[in-house]
Amino acid sequence: METVSLSIRRRSPESRVIALAGNPNVGKSTVFNALTGLHQHTGNWPGKTVTNAQGSCTFHGREYILADLPGCYSLLSHSAEEEAARDFICFGESDGAVIVCDATCLERNLILALQVLEITGKAVLCVNLLDEARRKGIGVDLEELSLLLGIPVTGAAARSGQGLDDLLSAVEQVAVGGVERSADYPPVTYPAPIEAAIAKLLPAATALCGQRLSPRWLAVRMLSGGDDSLQSQVRAYLGVTPGHYPPLKSALKGALEELAAAGYTQSQVQDEVAAAIVQQAERIARATVQAADNGYSPRDRKLDRLFTGRWTGFPILLLMLLGIFWLTIVGANAPSRLLSDGLFWLGGKLKALCAAAGAPQWLTGLLTDGVYKTLAWVVSVMLPPMAIFFPLFTLLEDLGYLPRVAFNLDRCFQKCGACGKQALTTAMGFGCNAVGVTGCAIIDSPRERLIAAVTNSFVPCNGRLPMLISLISMFFVGTAVGFGSSVLSAAALLALILLGIAMTFLTARVLSATLLKGTPSSFALELPPYRRPQIGKVILRSVLDRTLFVLGRAAAVAAPAGLVIWLMANLRVGGATVLAHCCGFLDPFARLFGLDGVILLAFLLGWPANEIVVPIIIMAYTAQGSLVEMTDLNALRTLLTQNGWTWVTALCTMLFSLMHWPCSTTCLTLYKETKSLKWTALGILLPTLCGLALCFLTATAARLLGF
Amino acid sequence: MNRDMGLSALAPGESATVSRLMASGGIRRRLQDLGLIPGARVECVGISPLGDPAAYLIRGTVIALRRADAAGVRVVGCAPEAAPAQSGVPASVRRAAG
Repeated sequence: METVSLSIRRRSPESRVIALAGNPNVGKSTVFNALTGLHQHTGNWPGKTVTNAQGSCTFHGREYILADLPGCYSLLSHSAEEEAARDFICFGESDGAVIVCDATCLERNLILALQVLEITGKAVLCVNLLDEARRKGIGVDLEELSLLLGIPVTGAAARSGQGLDDLLSAVEQVAVGGVERSADYPPVTYPAPIEAAIAKLLPAATALCGQRLSPRWLAVRMLSGGDDSLQSQVRAYLGVTPGHYPPLKSALKGALEELAAAGYTQSQVQDEVAAAIVQQAERIARATVQAADNGYSPRDRKLDRLFTGRWTGFPILLLMLLGIFWLTIVGANAPSRLLSDGLFWLGGKLKALCAAAGAPQWLTGLLTDGVYKTLAWVVSVMLPPMAIFFPLFTLLEDLGYLPRVAFNLDRCFQKCGACGKQALTTAMGFGCNAVGVTGCAIIDSPRERLIAAVTNSFVPCNGRLPMLISLISMFFVGTAVGFGSSVLSAAALLALILLGIAMTFLTARVLSATLLKGTPSSFALELPPYRRPQIGKVILRSVLDRTLFVLGRAAAVAAPAGLVIWLMANLRVGGATVLAHCCGFLDPFARLFGLDGVILLAFLLGWPANEIVVPIIIMAYTAQGSLVEMTDLNALRTLLTQNGWTWVTALCTMLFSLMHWPCSTTCLTLYKETKSLKWTALGILLPTLCGLALCFLTATAARLLGF
Repeated sequence: MNRDMGLSALAPGESATVSRLMASGGIRRRLQDLGLIPGARVECVGISPLGDPAAYLIRGTVIALRRADAAGVRVVGCAPEAAPAQSGVPASVRRAAG
């Protein structure tokens, strides 16, 4: 997996770089967004931020560059995110750190805070989610906390924008005013024998570190045992491998001998260090937090009993999915019609305009039949379902439901030799497979991460969903608007999705028995408190973001695709068009799988974005025959049946849409994340072969049964 | 009471105190980071519909652990949670939260 690194560009020497650290799911990204005005996607589940984001804000005329580090529980563990966060705090040359904590579980958050303070004294603690804590009857004494930690502490409720100015003032004090934690007493004190060993290492460590790194921190790390990644990072930073630095090496040898004499093995040192930090966090929390309950509210208990209950967990999950699909299908109907009518009208005007301007025939054809028609299709048929599905899904995510899905499904993933967190990355795939692949970084085991990455495209992303919906309503349920037919459509879509998920399990099982052999690794998943989704904000954001994104992508891809198709349909070689040649060439092969040459070509040309597969099919059919406006599903159905489509063709096209090569962005992301052509190829071949196999079986069965 | 058992043996509603960690390597580190050190109180709050993993309340956070991993956390003094969480919450707060 890619090592996450950040290169920071300061606008002026006066700019300050601030690292934003914190446990997963404490609202770090919300603080980041509120400060920078950016829209880093947030969600109520741990590990949402897997890549570093940076943004800037201005306070009192000075630029602050904020680096949103991946959330982590500890700086001592060895997952990719935790190392990335640690490296940025240690070696990132930041001018200060903001440690974001969740007021509702401060004690556990303080573990990370103390670890950060062991590295740097230039830090601010931001106690976020104070509003949620208040509702739960939890009070935090910020002043006492500041005294005990020795750094500025501010309170915030970042979701409603409270406390940000306080936070920036505190950051200013630290990054500009030079306020720093006194180095006289350490944030955590260890048992006496370990302290004696630290003291032994300190002179050599200080000589090595100078002012650039905390010598005490380095000493503790050396005493608690080998960490190759840390050694090489320190070497890159200071130019010396600490383990090979002679004074430190000999001091370490002596110190370890004395520890051994006192009965401490290196792994015991590690345990004592971990325990001392936890106990210190416990002491500080006890002195500063007044809690009415134990952090797991009765409401959450009830919801969990419902969402993860033995008899209710799965029915609710299925109903929830069905409900989302139903709302998507029903809600998209009216706007689709409206948009379709509007765009049809606009298309007519556009043609008239071209004619009036005296544009040559080919240019008119290219612009109106090529580019415009593709855009019209994407906007009227693809956009509305996307604009409804995505926010609905985001609401579930905001609520905190997704980790419960992972909890319910983990046993299945475990049986397949995969990680339960794959349920989360699979869910992300519904939005966008590329995002799902990137999200696989939340899975610690490299083997399980690869499984999750190469099987991610078995769930249809937002760009493929509307195509499935239209095919379902055209060929299986009927285009009539009604409650019965919409529920039936949703159920058919759900069945298709479940097939994709079943294929995910099947291929994961096969992979962990063959190419990616291994046993399931350990697994710890946080089930965060439920939060009331910010409905207005979610809808506004996702509609705006999605709308702009989809329109931009469709426009960027539709124009060249329209050009290619138009040229192919109009350039003649040996009496037939290039399009006819290509389709004719692909046709016999495609027929084996219940498709035809045009459909296969459309999937090939739709590689950059699956949104344009159907428009390409339309263009290819209409380029050779009559020209009809095809944003109306009934007219489209007629066109398709005229070109030989039956329900078998539609079913095979749906199966192939569900399982074929991932889009170019996803392929690129696969390569970036795995850094391997082999695994990228697997990520392409796996769904493609599965899709072809299922299509072949379907088509053959239909043929044999005489359909 | 002195005999310890695996955390995985707790039934929903039961709680216990961590006596030692038997896990090694990465998961040991991870469990320590979550605050599972000797002396920590843990309550089992639920089991997945398929029987594995189970959810544990650890220092105010609910964490799901697989049976195999939870077995490496040895606990003593298992008992049904004496005071259910509800009783500790003032009625007014409970209303606000609900």
